Amino acid sequence: MPLPPTIDCDLHNEVPSKESLYPYLPDYWLDYCRESAFTGPDAADYPATIPTSARPGATAIPALSEIQEKALNGAEIGILNCAYRVQSVRNEELAGALATAVNRWQIEHWLEKEPRLRASIVVPSQNPALAAAEIERWGDHPGFIQVILPVRSEAPYGNRRYDPIFEAAVRHNLVVGINFGGAAGNPPTPSGWPSLYIEEYAGMAQIFQSQATSLVMEGAFDRYPELRVAFIEGGFTWLPSLMWRMDKEWKGLRHNTPWVKRAPSLYWREHLRLTIQPVDGPANATHLGQIVEQIDSDEMLLYGSDYPHLHDSESALFATLPVPLEQKIRSENARAFYRL
Amino acid sequence: MAKHIVARVDEIPPGERKIVEIGGRTIGVFNVNGSFYALRNRCPHQGGPLCQGRVSGFLMATKPGGEYTYTRRGEILRCPWHGWEFDITTGQSWFDPAKTRVRAYEVHVEGLPMPEEMGKLLPGPYTAETYEVSVDDQQFVVVEVP
Amino acid sequence: MAVATAPSALLDRPSSIDVAVIDTDIHITFPSPDVLTNYLAPEWREHHRTFGMRGHQGSHYPRAMPNAARHDSWPAAGGPPGSNLGFVQEQLLDGWNIEYGILNPLVGVGEQRNLAYGAALARAVNEWQLHDWVEPEARLRASVVVPWEDGELAAAEIDHWGGHSAFVQALLIIRTKEPLGRRKYWKMYEAAERNNLPIGIHFGGAGGGPITGAGWPSHYIEDHGGMPQAFQAQVISLIYEGVFERFPGLQIVLIEGGFAWIPPMLWRMDAAWRKLGAETPYLKRPPSEVFREHFWVSTQPMEEPLQREYFRQLLDQLAMDDRLLFATDYPHWDFDAPDQAFPIALDPVRKRNFMAENARRLYGLP
Repeated sequence: MPLPPTIDCDLHNEVPSKESLYPYLPDYWLDYCRESAFTGPDAADYPATIPTSARPGATAIPALSEIQEKALNGAEIGILNCAYRVQSVRNEELAGALATAVNRWQIEHWLEKEPRLRASIVVPSQNPALAAAEIERWGDHPGFIQVILPVRSEAPYGNRRYDPIFEAAVRHNLVVGINFGGAAGNPPTPSGWPSLYIEEYAGMAQIFQSQATSLVMEGAFDRYPELRVAFIEGGFTWLPSLMWRMDKEWKGLRHNTPWVKRAPSLYWREHLRLTIQPVDGPANATHLGQIVEQIDSDEMLLYGSDYPHLHDSESALFATLPVPLEQKIRSENARAFYRL
Repeated sequence: MAKHIVARVDEIPPGERKIVEIGGRTIGVFNVNGSFYALRNRCPHQGGPLCQGRVSGFLMATKPGGEYTYTRRGEILRCPWHGWEFDITTGQSWFDPAKTRVRAYEVHVEGLPMPEEMGKLLPGPYTAETYEVSVDDQQFVVVEVP
Repeated sequence: MAVATAPSALLDRPSSIDVAVIDTDIHITFPSPDVLTNYLAPEWREHHRTFGMRGHQGSHYPRAMPNAARHDSWPAAGGPPGSNLGFVQEQLLDGWNIEYGILNPLVGVGEQRNLAYGAALARAVNEWQLHDWVEPEARLRASVVVPWEDGELAAAEIDHWGGHSAFVQALLIIRTKEPLGRRKYWKMYEAAERNNLPIGIHFGGAGGGPITGAGWPSHYIEDHGGMPQAFQAQVISLIYEGVFERFPGLQIVLIEGGFAWIPPMLWRMDAAWRKLGAETPYLKRPPSEVFREHFWVSTQPMEEPLQREYFRQLLDQLAMDDRLLFATDYPHWDFDAPDQAFPIALDPVRKRNFMAENARRLYGLP
């Protein structure tokens, strides 16, 4: 039986250059961008020359036609996760103007040209009030189904400073997507700045783990019971180990975070979803099947190709799964979670 | 059931405890607001000396910055090793069970009715072994062990 | 009517373990501040009294219990948990019939911003371990405490004690100022290799930065529960930055980090290396292979999966039966009891290896 079309929860539409945003900037910021040394956000999550930035036959900053031809082929819906890191722009007003421009660019260049696409609202999350205003601006647009935040932030997202973002996202029925990368200025490890790109790349999974912990322990899901969070491009094989660790911690330290009323793993099963790429799977397929079993939920994984980035094939994952679960991962879980 | 005198009533004032040995078992006898309760001095999790734990209250909250509900002061025992919380009056552990293993112990439920707030957190899978306690002649605390 | 008696033992049911036990993580501390002062080199005593220890402030997550200790570990004779040899013997070594115990004092030496003072403190702590603990108690071995933020000073301390049978490893803490693969630490690795001492890296510490790669969390449970992420970051750094290619004899012991995070981290590291290996041309083998040849891992805090079967799966995925080391973490509150900690019944071979034989081999114990 052929599988139904996928809902691909992770496609990248990157802004080719600052000039791409010129038509969408107010005059003041337009001239600032022309006249100053500003060249764009100071982030290096996916330098175009790095092998993982584009798979064979793809370009690191794909045009719409490439996405249509290579990523939407066989897809019912594709969700764009633009990684324009306005969070690295310390001038918050400029960051806000850039975010608005990016979102307008997404509407004109992507959403209005391809009905299968949905997009994520880029927000200056370093200033949650400005970010909430940006969500307010686009929240009712049918093309936007998510607010996108980089996993690297100034404070863990459970911190109450981010409440305006969550409040606005919930009010507009938007998922909060947290994705690979970001440039918040903090070192990306608990022990400072590493030397190599590969360390930052592999280490990004730990920051997802920290964010998962924070969202539960700092009570984000207790303040916003409707909050839905998607982890995008953070891997998922680490999830069982985090569940065991944090459930155990909570049993002993519950009284220190008394709003946490259930084991953390139960919060995650309800509120959190994870895209499957990078699969980060073992050579032994049995072990991968064990990990999926240990997650103990058939709803948490979402299909996401992460086009155009280079990852191992997801075929090893699907080979270990029963067909009904594969079908859920390919489309039904995302349909339910994003309310498509 | 064998009855054992563990203390004179005035030996264990409210808020205090006495740990004794009866027939090879170590048992902690607690005075909670004038009522006596007995628990086995062994946490059903990893065998820690439960009755040497800190006695505290039960804290719940709706959300960070929300309303805190602090009840049952003096009635909640935290295991000295891993901090798991047990209700002294029933031996019931308090955290969500998830799917952890359950070891069944006979429980004698008595004492205070359960306040509404505690019902919001599901009882955990563990129950510390409890014993019947009575006061004999208004003088002696007596524990009954099987 | 019968009368109850005073308890005859510290625990309701004595240990029932039927194999030898080597405890690879015991924490001791000073019974009083004077003890350390007396062991300090005279020229540092006045500095120590006047200016004292200065680490990295601003990462204060008050522990849920004083000294992070078991409530039952405070000696009746006074002093903090882990400060009284007699009580450590009674409650831990005798109570659990422990054959050998490895001391890992967490007393703030390597975090000192004044590096020369940190080096003086390290020497004093090491003298104290030797004279107050290992010499009077034959079951104990010590770890060389080092001022790790200066590779040369740390190397000098390792060289000083390297030939002494009381010391079986050098000791760092997981929250260093920079990732441990960076070259500033390499002199220390060179000395460890030269002296044939493994390097133990223990849970905790404060290197001045936040515990997460996304800034400062709010609660102790996030700091305590976030340590596995700190361990992962250090493994990533040590392997990718080529430490084991440069020091092929170096062995690392990860202490109190747990171990369920290891298989998925190694899978991710291998996957990244297959695509990005051009950045690390010296790394000729998959990171998982390097890990299994150079790392040992303590079992504490024990993993407690949702289903017991998952624990078996974890051991299979880990494939490090010859490198898991039992530890109690005495006297800390997340203590693992030797006869109760494992969530499954281990087969006899695994049990012997985890409880003692792997540690015996690693530390060269008789």
